[in-house]
Amino acid sequence: MEVGLNHYLFVGAVMFVTGVICMASKRNGIGVLMGVELVLNGANVNFVAFARYTALGLDGHVIAMFVIVLAAAEAAVALAIALNFYNNHLTIDVDRGDELRG
Amino acid sequence: MPTESIGNELALLLGIAWLLPLAGFAVEIFGGFLWPRVSRTAAYIAVACIGIGFLCSFTALMKWGNATDWVVLKGTDSHHASAGEHGGEGHGDEGHGDEGHAEEAAHAEHAEGEESESGVHHDAVATTFSGTMYSLGTFGGLEVTLDWYIDSLTLLMFTMVTLIATCIHVFAIGYMSDELTEDHVDHEVHTADGGHFHRPGRFYKFFSYMSLFCFSMLGLVLAGNIFQVFVFWELVGICSYLLIGFYVERKSASTAANKAFIVNRVGDWGFIIGLMILWTYCGTFRFVGEESTDGHAAKPGLFEMVRGNDGQIDVNEEEDVVYLRDAHGHRLEDPETHEPKTIPYALLIVAGLGVFGGCIGKSAQFPLQTWLPDAMEGPTPVSALVHSATMVAAGVYLAGRFYPVFTPEVLLTIAYIGCITLFLAATIAVVATDIKRVLAYSTISQLGYMMLGIGLGGWAAGLFHLVTHAFFKSLMFLASGSVIVGCHHEQEMPRMGGLRRKMPITAYTMLIGVIAIAGLAIPGTVIAFSGYHSKDAIVATALAHTNLNPGHFLLFIVPLVTAGITAFYMFRLWFYTFAGEPRDQELYDHVHESPWVMTGPLLVLSVFAAGCAIGGEQGFLYSMLSHSEPAGVATGVEAAAVSLPGHDLIHDVHHEAGVMALFAAVSGAIIAYLLYGAHVLNPADIQRHFTGLYTFLVEKWRFDDLYDAMFVRPSRVVAGWCAATDRVVFDGILHGACRAAINISKWDRLFDEGIVDGLVNLVGNVVFGIGRSLRVVQTGRLRQYIMFIAVGVLTLFVLLFAFFPKY
Repeated sequence: MEVGLNHYLFVGAVMFVTGVICMASKRNGIGVLMGVELVLNGANVNFVAFARYTALGLDGHVIAMFVIVLAAAEAAVALAIALNFYNNHLTIDVDRGDELRG
Repeated sequence: MPTESIGNELALLLGIAWLLPLAGFAVEIFGGFLWPRVSRTAAYIAVACIGIGFLCSFTALMKWGNATDWVVLKGTDSHHASAGEHGGEGHGDEGHGDEGHAEEAAHAEHAEGEESESGVHHDAVATTFSGTMYSLGTFGGLEVTLDWYIDSLTLLMFTMVTLIATCIHVFAIGYMSDELTEDHVDHEVHTADGGHFHRPGRFYKFFSYMSLFCFSMLGLVLAGNIFQVFVFWELVGICSYLLIGFYVERKSASTAANKAFIVNRVGDWGFIIGLMILWTYCGTFRFVGEESTDGHAAKPGLFEMVRGNDGQIDVNEEEDVVYLRDAHGHRLEDPETHEPKTIPYALLIVAGLGVFGGCIGKSAQFPLQTWLPDAMEGPTPVSALVHSATMVAAGVYLAGRFYPVFTPEVLLTIAYIGCITLFLAATIAVVATDIKRVLAYSTISQLGYMMLGIGLGGWAAGLFHLVTHAFFKSLMFLASGSVIVGCHHEQEMPRMGGLRRKMPITAYTMLIGVIAIAGLAIPGTVIAFSGYHSKDAIVATALAHTNLNPGHFLLFIVPLVTAGITAFYMFRLWFYTFAGEPRDQELYDHVHESPWVMTGPLLVLSVFAAGCAIGGEQGFLYSMLSHSEPAGVATGVEAAAVSLPGHDLIHDVHHEAGVMALFAAVSGAIIAYLLYGAHVLNPADIQRHFTGLYTFLVEKWRFDDLYDAMFVRPSRVVAGWCAATDRVVFDGILHGACRAAINISKWDRLFDEGIVDGLVNLVGNVVFGIGRSLRVVQTGRLRQYIMFIAVGVLTLFVLLFAFFPKY
């Protein structure tokens, strides 16, 4: 069986959904960050697949590179937030950060 | 003869004398805030200003005399010489008898001598100077300028006013000294708690007003056009208002000040009408034309326009139009149409009457005489100044100055007004008991004499009396002020008596004034007080006038009789106050002679009151005055209606008139002595016999009642109507409008509150509600948010795929 576009898209979708579920279910802040990485990389798989199989071409690769850079920056900021969160709450349980609730 | 420079020199000197009091006023009124209330600085400044003014005026008089080579005093028959002089100024030669011609010739020789010395061509020595100080602006054809006009009358008035004002200022330093305190108690004003009114002293204010008063009067005398006269006329009015109402807290004083001001406005109304007529037809306000230095035809002034150079009015055959003329007697023409410039005769009469109306108000003539006695509410130095040198003198001065514009009809009116006034005031003075009021009525009476003299063609006689009267009346007022201070502000003569033993200087200087005003003299000698000469001149004019116009005999009889009445009431005043036994022992015990600062001016003035007219018609004063006489007065006027006597006619009857006037005066004085000095008859008995007449006179001929009924009450009724109209109509309209506005506003408020505010609130409420309901979504749980996002995105995809067409 030839591996085609749909297979890649399926893998991307699985990663995306896994990431979303990870974000939605983890109480640990680091776990949520890992879910975000999964979502981003799921999207990246899609971009690269589109670059390989459709007219998107090199643009897809470029966008994927941007997403990786973006993810790196996001991870840096998010880890800083996590550290501060820990300083304030002595935990990184995101459920405890509900001071801004309506 | 360097005429120009002399004129400018005189103008400079008189200008300094005129403006110094203004500078003094400015310094005093503002300095008053800096100096302590007990400081006499203001008085010293005021005295210095007016004193230097006197020196300047006197210097100017001397300079004028030297420049004219004292031409006025040359010749035995001075008024003929002066008549020739005046005619000579306009190249004219008026025939008036052989004697006059001889004088003329003699004078011409004299003038030639002058010419050869100076090399300037003048027919005669210039004695009248005029010029423009400052041009305020040109409004169309109207040029408003500050002019000066100097002749012997101006110079004499300046010297007289500044001299008398200096004496009065010095006197006032003593008289007003009770104002030199932080806490002046006005015993005539009662406060609600039964005490007297307390206020800071107003010494400086008094002197600043006095300075302003002098400035105004001097400006009026110096003025070279009638508009300028009017401006200073009003300034004099406002100053008298300020000074009469000096004790403004007293109801009587503020009322008197208002009365003086309002009554004067009545006269000024006529003045303005006169001004308007003259400007409309003559197009200038100047008294005399401008000097034609550059060879151009001089622009003539009012006097030349109406009277030409020969003193006659140029009337056409129908006697309804007067031709205006230039300084050489030629008729003026309109430069474009070459129609002769004219003024309707009737309007000239109206203009003259209008200007004289101003004089009536200012000089307190019938029927506007009521303000002057009330003006006694001011401090006595003010009364002295108002009654002698300034306010009332202004009216007579203007009547004299403006004489050339008055037609014979106007002059006759002036004469009759004067005649009525002098009799009316004299009769009231007989029954007055307030020492200042007697003097006030005598002033009105004497002003009547002056007006009579001017109206009868005795121009110099009227102004002669103005000057002599100024001296003796200021003397008597200051003396009465001294009495009032001595008696601790008691003014009722019945409470005085015998004061001459306590205050001899005041008493005997007063006696000099009384003799002077009564016009007593020793016949056949030169011993005669000033009033004798001047009143004599007026009575002589009246007699000559009656000889010419037998129909107007009252104009002679009344002044003659009044001369007797004058002597009577003045001696009555003196005997009442100074002679006999004290009638109020308690008052008498506290009387004291005034300090030197007050008696000194009395002594100075008494010298002038006695001797200023020395020499009579040949003397310095009369010669000086008659020198300024308008052209044509000396010759008299022959006319069908009313002829005016010339100098020769007056001169012929002079002796006769003098004897009659003296007889009247002596008999008046003797009656006064019998009644009040020797007590041969009891005045109270006479008073009982003529109760009706007495009451009538005490009530001042009921003029105040009459005016009250004629003007005050009707105007109050009309004012009441106006007030009612205001209340009913205008207030009604206003209130209706207000009520409508309130109702409309109420509806408007409902609209605003209901709809506009409702809409705005609705928006707010809706937003608030939405926000409140959305609030529950913000749970603050991160994982829940992610669920929302996931579900939301999923929903969006589902909707997108379900409802939007695919391409």
